[in-house]
Amino acid sequence: MKIWLPLDSAAVALGADDIAAAITAEAAKRGQPVTLVRNGSRGMVWLEPLAEVDIDGTRHAFGPMTMADVAGLFGDLASHPKALGPTEELPWMKAQTRLTFARVGVIDPLSLADYKANGGLQGLTRALELDKAAIVTEVTESGLRGRGGAGFPTGIKWKTVSDAKADQKYIVCNADEGDSATFADRMLMEGDPFCLIEGMIIAGLATGATRGYVYMRSEYPVAIKVMEAAVEIARAEDLLGAAFDMEIRTGAGAYVCGEETSLLNSLEGKRGVVRAKPPLPALEGFMGKPTVVNNVISLASVPVIMAKGAKHYKDFGLGRSRGTIPLQIAGNVRHGGLYEIAFGLTLGEIVDQIGGGTASGRPVKAVQVGGPLGAYFPRALFDTPFGYEEFAGKDGLIGHAGLTVFDDSADMLKMARFAMEFCAIESCGKCTPCRIGSVRGVEVVDRIAKGDTSAIPLLTDLCNTMKLGSLCALGGFTPYPVMSALTHFPDDFQPMKEAAE
Amino acid sequence: MLDSVDLETRLADILDAHRGMEGALLPILHAVQAAFGHVPQEALPIIAKDLNISKAEAHGVMSFYHDFRKKPAGRSVLKLCRAEACQAQGSDALAAAVQAKLGLDWHETSADGTVTLEPVFCLGLCACGPAAMVDGQLVGRATVETLLAKVRA
Repeated sequence: MKIWLPLDSAAVALGADDIAAAITAEAAKRGQPVTLVRNGSRGMVWLEPLAEVDIDGTRHAFGPMTMADVAGLFGDLASHPKALGPTEELPWMKAQTRLTFARVGVIDPLSLADYKANGGLQGLTRALELDKAAIVTEVTESGLRGRGGAGFPTGIKWKTVSDAKADQKYIVCNADEGDSATFADRMLMEGDPFCLIEGMIIAGLATGATRGYVYMRSEYPVAIKVMEAAVEIARAEDLLGAAFDMEIRTGAGAYVCGEETSLLNSLEGKRGVVRAKPPLPALEGFMGKPTVVNNVISLASVPVIMAKGAKHYKDFGLGRSRGTIPLQIAGNVRHGGLYEIAFGLTLGEIVDQIGGGTASGRPVKAVQVGGPLGAYFPRALFDTPFGYEEFAGKDGLIGHAGLTVFDDSADMLKMARFAMEFCAIESCGKCTPCRIGSVRGVEVVDRIAKGDTSAIPLLTDLCNTMKLGSLCALGGFTPYPVMSALTHFPDDFQPMKEAAE
Repeated sequence: MLDSVDLETRLADILDAHRGMEGALLPILHAVQAAFGHVPQEALPIIAKDLNISKAEAHGVMSFYHDFRKKPAGRSVLKLCRAEACQAQGSDALAAAVQAKLGLDWHETSADGTVTLEPVFCLGLCACGPAAMVDGQLVGRATVETLLAKVRA
C-alpha cells in the first residue's frame, strides 16, 4: 500500500505530521506494510492535510484528513467519508497548466530518481549541448520575466552577466519570499527542490558563474530543511561540484532583504540596507562581482523552458506576459491555494470562480494583489486581465502573484494605516522618503481617522514623494496600497463614518 | 549569567566552523543564537575582531535584523502573523485575545519566563490563516485555545 501525505508547511500547520504518525502506527497495528511518501502539496490548501492513496495505479485524494479519518484509509476506500476521487480529476487540478509546478505534490521531493523519472534534468541535458549564448537566447525568447515581481526579462539579465568579464561570477536565488499572500517559492522548494537546483546550474552554464547561493527566510523552517537536504543529495550524486556548487543561507527576519541589493548586502554579512543602482548587480553584485539575482520561480521555470523549448513556454500567456504564473489565492477565501495558469484570466474569474468567493460567505470587498506593496482592487476592477502591463494600467501590480481576499468587514483606512506602519517597521533607513515618510504616513492616516479630512491631500502628496523619491520598492510602492484604498474606498476615509452607519 | 570562559570556548568553536565562508557574519550570529538562545553582547567584540570588522559594525548588523535577540527569550516563543492575509482571517482579534490572556504586549516576556510574544510578518501560510509559530512549530487556522495549549507551561 502506498500513501502520500505532504510535508509542505501548510499541511504541517494543519496537522499533517500527526496524521503521518497515525498512519504509520495504524499500519503497524494491522501488520500491513505501507510506503508513506511525504510529498509537496498539490496546492489545495482548504483540503490539507490531503492524503493520497494508490488504487490500481491511480492516486485518489482524501481530505481534509483528521485523526479520526486515518483508520478508514485501511478499510473500504470507496466509502471513506473524505474520499474525493482521483486527484488529477479534481476540477482544481484539471483546469491548470502546470509547467513550473508540474512535479510539486507528485514526486518525493528528496528522491533524485523520482525527479528524473518525471522529466527532471532534461532541461540541463539540453543546456549542456548548447553554448552559453544559445542558452541565453532560449531563455530570452521564452519571454520569461522576473517572477519576484519586477518583471524584468530574465534572458536580458543573464546576457549582461554572461557578457561581463570577471574572475568569479555568482547566481543568487532570491528566496526571501516575505510578501503576505505569497507562498509559491516555499511550495516549490518544499515540493520540488531539485528543480530550483537544476535552474541554478543552467543559469551558471549560461553566464559562466560557478557559485550559487539561495537566500531563504528564517520563517520557512521546512523549506530550509528540504533545500539543505537536496543540496547534499545533489552533491553526493555529482550534480553539484567543481563546475557549479551552491549553498543555502538564511536571512534573519528583515522584509527589506527581499529587495535584491539589500539581499546582497545581507548575504555579504552586512546590514540589509539598499544599494543605489547603478551599478547593477549584474555587473557589481555579490562581493562586487557580476551576479544574477533571480527569484525562485524564475529559476525554477528555466528547466521546463530548456526541456520543451522557448516556443512551448511562450505560446502561453497574454500580451507581453508570456508563459504561466503560479497564482497564490489567500486571505478570506473559500478555496485558497496555489493555481498555475497562463496569464490572462481576469481578476474576477480568479477570485469568484477559482477561489469561490470568501470563506466567511460575505461579499468580497477588496483584493490586494502583489503583496503588502500591491494595490487594493475593488469589484469594479474585476475585469482586469492578469498580466504585468494590464495591472500597471490600473495603478496596480501583480508582484509575485499573491492575492489576498477581504470580505466587506474590512476597514480600508485601517489597511492603509497598516501599509504605512509596516513600511516604518521594515524600512532599512537608508533613504528619507521611506524612513520618515512612512512614520509621517501613519500620523496622517490617524488624523484622517479622527475626522480631519484636510489631511487627505497631505496623504496624497506624501505618497507622491515616497513614490518618486524612494530608493527601492519598499518606500516606492507603499503608496500603492495606501492610494488604492483611498481612491477606491473613499467612504472608509470619511469622518463620522461610524455615526453615519 | 554566562561564564566568560564558557562563552569564549564555545564562540571559538563557532568561529572556526565558519572560517573561509563568504559573508560569514549572519551564519555566525544564527549559530551563536542557536547555541546560547540569544546573542550575548560580550560575544560581539570577539566576533568583530575575528572577522576584522569594527565593533560598531557587528552591533549594527545584529541590531538590524528582527531575529537576533540581546536577551534570552521565555521558555516558549509564540510568534503571531500580523500580515494582510492573516488580518483578512481575523488575526487582529486573535492577537488581542492572546495578548489579553497572557497579559503581554508584543516583544514582552511573561514575568515567570514562560513565554515571549512576538509579531511575525508572514509564515507563508496565507491560505490557512491566522497563522502562528510556537517554538518553531507551525500552526494554521490558529485559535487562542490551540495556541495556549502549545505554549510550554
